[in-house]
Amino acid sequence: MTKTATSRWRWKQPSIIPGFGLTLGFSLAYLSLIILIPLTGLVWRTASLGWGQFFSILFDERTLAALYISFGTALIAAVVNAVFGVLICWILVRYDFPGRRLIDAMVDLPFALPTAVAGIALASLYAPKGWIGAFFTPFDIRIAFTPIGIVVALIFIGLPFVVRTVQPVMEEIDREVEEAAATLGANRFQTIFKVLLPGLAPAVLTGFALAFARGVGEYGSVVFIAGNIPYVSEIAPLLIVIRLEEFNYAGATAVATIMLAISFAMLLVINLIQAWSRRRYGYV
Amino acid sequence: MDVTINHIRKEFARFPALNDVSLDIRSGELIALLGPSGSGKTTLLRLIAGLDQPTEGKILFGDEDASHRTVQERNVGFVFQSYALFRHMTVAENIAFGLKVRPSATRPPKAEIRKRVADLLDMVQLTGLDKRYPNQLSGGQRQRVALARAMAIEPRILLLDEPFGALDAKVRKELRRWLREFHDRTGHTTVFVTHDQEEALELADRVVVMSQGKIEQVGTADDVYDRPGSPFVFSFIGSSSELPVTLAGGGVRFNGRPIGIGAAGEGPVDGKARLFFRPQDVVLMDAADALSGKVTACRRLAGTRIAEIDISNGEAKGGKPHHVEIEVPLDAPVTLGADLSFRPTRWRLFFEG
Amino acid sequence: MSKSARTTHFRNPADESPLVKLLLILIGLAFLGFFLFLPLVGVFVEAFRKGAEAYVEALVEPDAVSAIKLTLLVAVIAVPLNLVFGVAAAWAIAKFEFKGKAFLTTLIDLPFSISPVISGLVYVLLFGSQSVLGPWLKSYGIEILFAVPGIVLATVFVTFPFVARELIPLMQDQGTGDEEAALSLGASGWQTFWFVTLPNIKWGLLYGVLLCNARAMGEFGAVSVVSGHVRGLTNTMPLHVEILYNEYNFVAAFAVASLLAALALVTLALKTLLELRFGAGGAGGRRH
Repeated sequence: MTKTATSRWRWKQPSIIPGFGLTLGFSLAYLSLIILIPLTGLVWRTASLGWGQFFSILFDERTLAALYISFGTALIAAVVNAVFGVLICWILVRYDFPGRRLIDAMVDLPFALPTAVAGIALASLYAPKGWIGAFFTPFDIRIAFTPIGIVVALIFIGLPFVVRTVQPVMEEIDREVEEAAATLGANRFQTIFKVLLPGLAPAVLTGFALAFARGVGEYGSVVFIAGNIPYVSEIAPLLIVIRLEEFNYAGATAVATIMLAISFAMLLVINLIQAWSRRRYGYV
Repeated sequence: MDVTINHIRKEFARFPALNDVSLDIRSGELIALLGPSGSGKTTLLRLIAGLDQPTEGKILFGDEDASHRTVQERNVGFVFQSYALFRHMTVAENIAFGLKVRPSATRPPKAEIRKRVADLLDMVQLTGLDKRYPNQLSGGQRQRVALARAMAIEPRILLLDEPFGALDAKVRKELRRWLREFHDRTGHTTVFVTHDQEEALELADRVVVMSQGKIEQVGTADDVYDRPGSPFVFSFIGSSSELPVTLAGGGVRFNGRPIGIGAAGEGPVDGKARLFFRPQDVVLMDAADALSGKVTACRRLAGTRIAEIDISNGEAKGGKPHHVEIEVPLDAPVTLGADLSFRPTRWRLFFEG
Repeated sequence: MSKSARTTHFRNPADESPLVKLLLILIGLAFLGFFLFLPLVGVFVEAFRKGAEAYVEALVEPDAVSAIKLTLLVAVIAVPLNLVFGVAAAWAIAKFEFKGKAFLTTLIDLPFSISPVISGLVYVLLFGSQSVLGPWLKSYGIEILFAVPGIVLATVFVTFPFVARELIPLMQDQGTGDEEAALSLGASGWQTFWFVTLPNIKWGLLYGVLLCNARAMGEFGAVSVVSGHVRGLTNTMPLHVEILYNEYNFVAAFAVASLLAALALVTLALKTLLELRFGAGGAGGRRH
């Protein structure tokens, strides 16, 4: 090897470990077949719609209502999860109480439980005659089959995103940091709200964004509890399904593309939060 | 601020971490708590700060009983071993924290806080780094931010837990000198915990040597090094050799033979004792009543030479050889396996029973 | 004031008072109770509402049996595919340095951020009757959409990242030292993988497979779009649950759902066991 050869730009660092070509080649081929080509198909189909048709579908009242409901309920659920997720993290990390281990494990339930199962369980629980819904019926509050029901389902779906993002960061908080705040004269309230929570902000924000992104696209757990009334409790993913059932492929594609674009934007935001936090504070 | 520690006892789950500890810290003093890990030195520091509460005993700040004051009320500056900086705050925000959390009645105005922060940054030689985050600083810089943050509240006493523990050797030496100058300039009563005797002896006005929850000795560097008060202090500080000896008729005997040093006036005339001496406090001599043995190892240590000698001469009962280390002149004829006789010139006897 | 403060009242400054602790624990547990535990308990209660006989009947009924079979079949195809991909991708990404690695990792995570309905939709567009590919394949007698291949494809799509995602950070942490040592001792590439790498990653791998399998068997949205809902033919268990529920056959719906819930519980139990035992697969890592 001459000097020029070693200083040349190369896209892969030399290594004595074999299998790079095979594994990368296979991965790329599989990734393209399963993910990239089908997604390109979606984008290509949207492009063939033309702007006029695309915007007329997008600004259709029912589309806007569905997007508004999807994003609105996902936002509310993510806020609720951010608050209670941090609280649940706190009791799991800091306190010892009987059953803590079990509860810690159960937080992952929404990851493991099929969404359809969660959907019918929540629907029957929060229905006007359900175990929980019955408590609200006397006050004329209906949870299932209204947008509140959607929020309930999205809280269920999103909770572990916040807890599992915040928990590792909270576990790493050095008790000495809290003691330091105390020696400097801060009371417990000040320590929590000026030292601990701001330190957790990047993780909470990330968990919030993950829960929100997941909530926007969620389908299975929502359709059973939502009531699915157009303009009231019809979510965007359901609208895609309805358009498909009507063989209105253009309609389905346009709504899907919008949702996809927003999901990617969310993904970008999450990555930016993490990169920013890592650069500045040295942790996520 | 004088601090008086009065018969303190501290138990963790029934295990005594500190047992009847008393200590007077004088205003403006720089004191080192020195001891091996588990000796209770950090526990004592945390009790002074109010981060823990003693099981028994009192701590006085001046004449005031601080025992029941909360940590917030005590107004102590505490520098943690991990520094415990707030990672999401800049250097300036870290330093200002203690002032900003004060109730509005005693909180200085914003401009004043800014000025105080600037002064402190100047004092710890970090001017210009005020906008940095802790993550963007070196270990030595973080240490000084932690110190500035503790100083910002104008503490009555400054407490440092292993202040140089997490730094590499070179930075540690620099900061050590710097801390001494800093102390001389500000005159704060300062207590620091260390397991590094060199650090304690070099830096502190007085060293408190601790072991197993008790204070073994309090004194200047010269006191604890030249006049160790207990076998523990003798063996913990500096290098030393220890021999089991018997006393008979005012003379000290090892393995039944007199070794040419007397025990007059030091305690009971006859009985068992432990003899301690340092490697450099010996003289080589050719005499029958001296310690003698074979050279088993010899090594060069900077400007001196250390010989390891087996002085049991095969007589040790139970087969346990006695090795001692002595310093020998560079020009002395010392070869491996050779016989060597010597006598301690300065020693200390600790009587048993 | 100092008189009233007794030793027993002392609290470490990094602790809350017992009352605050109790209150926070109760709030947390109430929240989890309403949103997590009651729904789970509800599944089993509803399933047995009409007794064990009705429960068993709902499960042995032919449509239910065929749904169970189809679900198992889909998982048996989808999970190994993604397992092989996960290992290959993790090997390329964790053991080598190359340009575009971060981008590739992001692409692998992509299915997590896509609505399951869209995951199904892309295959409808690709293989549907309005597409180029669909009618062409049909002319050779190959049905993708509204048939088993479509369901498998949609499932592979949504469970795509699970194994890779567990393995990449794990293998990056482990570095290349072990492999280099094995190679320098004369082992071949395959021997190195079998005898050195695989034992190092087996628990992380198992962990990824567990999560992948749970999602594969439980996927609803994507599969619902591509399946065509043909009873006894293209109905997986979650789709069967939906049909029963919409027919107001609640006991049967919850009976089938209880099988899926049991699967979720087993997955959680195994996952927890792995974490306790081995700290497997970045126990603190983010999971989807």
